[in-house]
Amino acid sequence: MQEQTRYAIQVTDLTVAYREKPVLWDVDMEVPEANLMAIVGPNGAGKTTLLKSILGLMQPAAGQVLIYGKPYQQQRRLVGYVPQRGSVDWDFPTTVLDVVMMGRYGSLGWLKRPGKSERMKAEEALHKVGMGEYANRQISQLSGGQQQRVFLARALVQDAQVYFMDEPFQGVDAVTERAIVTLLQELRSAGKTVVVVHHDLQTVPEYFDWVMLLNVRRIACGPVEKVFTEENLRKAYGGRIGFLRSDQNHHLENMPVEGVAAVETSPTGGTLPAGNR
Amino acid sequence: MDIFQLLSDLFTNYTLRTVAMGSMVLGIVSGALGSFAVLRRQSLLGDAISHAALPGVVLAFLFTRSKEPVVLMVGAILAGWVGTIMMINIVKRSRIKEDSALGLILSVFFGIGLVLLTFTQRLPDASQAGLDKFLFGQAATFLIRDIYAMVFLAGVVLFLLGLFWKEFKLLSFDPEFGESQGFSMNKLDILLTTLLVVAIVIGLQAVGVVLMSAMVVAPAAAARQWTDRLSVMVILAALFGALAGVSGTLVSSTTEGLSTGPTIVLCISLIVFISLLLAPNRGLIWQALRRLRQKRTLYLDGVLADMYSLSRQHDNLEYAHRIEVLRTMNAGRGGVYRSLKTLEAKGLVRRADDRLWALTAEGLPVARRAFLLLHPHALDTPAEKAAQEKGSEA
Amino acid sequence: MTQADIDIQLVAMVTAVACALPGVFLVLRRMAMMSDAISHTVLLGIVLGFFLVGDLNSPLLIVGAAAMGVLTVSLVALLERTRLVKEDAAIGLVFPALFSLAVILISRYAGDVHLDTDAVLTGEIALAPFNRLYIYGYDLGPTGVYLMGVILLLNLLFIVLFYKELKLTTFDAGLAAALGFAPSILHYSLMSLVSITVVGAFDIVGSVLVVALMIAPPATAYLLTDRLPRMIGLSALVGVISAIMGYWIAIAMDASIAGSMAAVAGVLFVLVFLFSPERGMLAIARRRAEQRWLFAQTMLTIHLLNHEGTPEAEQEAQVVHLQEFLRWQPDFAARVVRKAVERQWVIRHNGHLELTASGREHASAAMLQS
Repeated sequence: MQEQTRYAIQVTDLTVAYREKPVLWDVDMEVPEANLMAIVGPNGAGKTTLLKSILGLMQPAAGQVLIYGKPYQQQRRLVGYVPQRGSVDWDFPTTVLDVVMMGRYGSLGWLKRPGKSERMKAEEALHKVGMGEYANRQISQLSGGQQQRVFLARALVQDAQVYFMDEPFQGVDAVTERAIVTLLQELRSAGKTVVVVHHDLQTVPEYFDWVMLLNVRRIACGPVEKVFTEENLRKAYGGRIGFLRSDQNHHLENMPVEGVAAVETSPTGGTLPAGNR
Repeated sequence: MDIFQLLSDLFTNYTLRTVAMGSMVLGIVSGALGSFAVLRRQSLLGDAISHAALPGVVLAFLFTRSKEPVVLMVGAILAGWVGTIMMINIVKRSRIKEDSALGLILSVFFGIGLVLLTFTQRLPDASQAGLDKFLFGQAATFLIRDIYAMVFLAGVVLFLLGLFWKEFKLLSFDPEFGESQGFSMNKLDILLTTLLVVAIVIGLQAVGVVLMSAMVVAPAAAARQWTDRLSVMVILAALFGALAGVSGTLVSSTTEGLSTGPTIVLCISLIVFISLLLAPNRGLIWQALRRLRQKRTLYLDGVLADMYSLSRQHDNLEYAHRIEVLRTMNAGRGGVYRSLKTLEAKGLVRRADDRLWALTAEGLPVARRAFLLLHPHALDTPAEKAAQEKGSEA
Repeated sequence: MTQADIDIQLVAMVTAVACALPGVFLVLRRMAMMSDAISHTVLLGIVLGFFLVGDLNSPLLIVGAAAMGVLTVSLVALLERTRLVKEDAAIGLVFPALFSLAVILISRYAGDVHLDTDAVLTGEIALAPFNRLYIYGYDLGPTGVYLMGVILLLNLLFIVLFYKELKLTTFDAGLAAALGFAPSILHYSLMSLVSITVVGAFDIVGSVLVVALMIAPPATAYLLTDRLPRMIGLSALVGVISAIMGYWIAIAMDASIAGSMAAVAGVLFVLVFLFSPERGMLAIARRRAEQRWLFAQTMLTIHLLNHEGTPEAEQEAQVVHLQEFLRWQPDFAARVVRKAVERQWVIRHNGHLELTASGREHASAAMLQS
């Protein structure tokens, strides 16, 4: 008996409009289980919107979202979320451990207080992201990379099957970036599926198995080696694409090198498409 | 009147005790709820709500012809709530920004309240005398049954705050994450705002609509400086609020012509001022001390680096230098002598003669580090390479 | 209409326009609540000025009050710069403290003078006709008209002279600074004008209702137009209407005139909020309803285009499928399809939908556009 691919996430015909202005047009996306997936596209392509409407934070005009074959609302417990780091006030009077424990609130449900087991899970997750000693720190004392790790730990304690992360690599140091990648790979080995909104095209083939190119509509979605082609990138980014040398990257060996714009390297070593700053 | 007399009055004098209790209750609830308002950057919402409550008070009186505190409070709560809902909808559904919406609601509701109030005052059977105490507050007129009403409402508010503690924390820190976990942030927002409205209305009789906003913002802003925990902040804010309420009431009761509301506000403002200055870590004085310490360390490093750089020009690294030379090198920084004394106490330099100072053996590596930190390119110079080789030989 | 009626309305109108002018920039610069703060703290300036000169009618009081307004703005900025509190909290800390101080100083040391804390909140426009300006025995009308008239001219002059700079700093402070326009000087000048205006209007409508006259008319105008000159004109107009209607309603109810002016300004705002031809709730709702149909049809064409030529096209293009995947109600789906067919964007082909050439064109254009 041949095993059928299990889809962790299936999005069909998702259209999202903000004040009747479409932000996403009829997007389909399917992600097989135990994959690391990147969503890439230029600014304003609707990457964050896609994530938020999958998570029910924005009301889509049409379409549906299935997590392991059932509507999202029924499967909420299976889903973990890492919002953009800048979306909260890091001067909020609370500790690292407290923030991580918030990841347990969902399973606790209304009114129940977090207790010992929540605290233990949170501490464990903090150790996993290398922030064990920071448990009692006030969150305003953290660096950008440390903030990101705290958010990841909070998602880890959600004990989810499917994770959605909004730009986890944004503005973190190289060490943290490595740590996050290792963590993502561990999650994959444990059979989890992770969808990441990503900016750094250069690292896509190295970090991810699956990729979606998005620019208001879906340009392409599938395995990186099939879909992450210059042609598709050009479609997604228009003429503004600055790309990497092909020898750095075995998936793109067959890509023509001519017509490739200059590589811009950011201090953290990543590259960004020139038009995407 | 001396302070002991006043404190003993607090326990023996029935009226004073009643008034102080009322002010304390108001301080506690507004401090606790205000903490959330301040953290959610809704500090000025309190201002709008308290002004918006005025027409509710008058309408409640017009409809019922009763001055029962509970009746008036219900009217105030309803009007405050309507004002808040309108404000939120104006921001959400038009291009009007939050600040304009707040100003609009605040002033228009107050205007309507004033029209109703003056209209009521001219009614023939006006038993309304006293409604205008809502403008500036008049704790002195509290009766014990006012206190019962206040304590009851305060109890309900604080109970709900404790019950939904976890959810309110989530709402205040990261509402989107909370929503993704299946908590309806919309409902929580409405609940928390309603609690804030009730907390404000509790205080209206004592402090008045004009100054009530201070009781929302100030205790929380003061408490924030002393702690980094939400729970401690809320408790501290409640304590500060209570302290300001009681002390303001006492002070105003002793002196002719001091209205309760403004006096309470001045008390809480003083607490804020002290907190901003003195709170450990965050306080301005602490910040200044920290900066001073950093500057001192920088000076010390500078002197060490200068001594090292001078020593490099001589064969003997422990060569003694004249303090005047060091002063010239440190032009504009000053305090060279003081720095040298500090370094001497640490055993890093020694005094060779009255005006001559030299690096000690312990001081040498420290000075070298300081020097290299200030002159990273010096590593490439032959002299430095030689020094490095020397170091590795030894 | 008696002479008093005319006098009061005149004072009210001039005050309303004088307030509306700087109010436009407060609303656009998102500093509306600063007017609330200033309108309270100028009282302290007046009190301190009174202690200094001992005369309530001295023009020095206005200077003191304006200085206090600027001090308020600076204090808020200073407090914010410590990073210990956020901006909104900073405003909420500064003005109640200064206002309380003023109220206490009045009730304690100036109780016998004409400086009454209730009047501070409500103003005394009804008394405006009794303060008259006499020159050589000639009655030239109420003083309020002249005082507010001068302030109105001052505001107008400022706006006319620095129109370009105001516009630039309001919409792009960064660019203005880069071009050498010193936004902070303009900012503090504007705040001084707001303070002066507040002081003048204070006596007439009281501290809270000054805020209504400063914020409500510009906010109303902001819902009616996109152009700055028109917004300024409309604000003034709304102010005048509020003044006149407010006066007559107050007379009819025998109630506070200033309060009634604020109430009318609020009602005008609500009316515009609901019925403004461009941005009113009603217009938006109507436009949305229209757009919703067009949007749904476009969605249909894009949906068909996206699945054209794919293996699942057969299934995706079925009418019944629309309910399942697009989550459309059956009759909604049917109506959308019918409308799209009418527009000749799709054709129906035994239960299947197919894009026409123009439908395909429309879908691609819509996707490119957004």
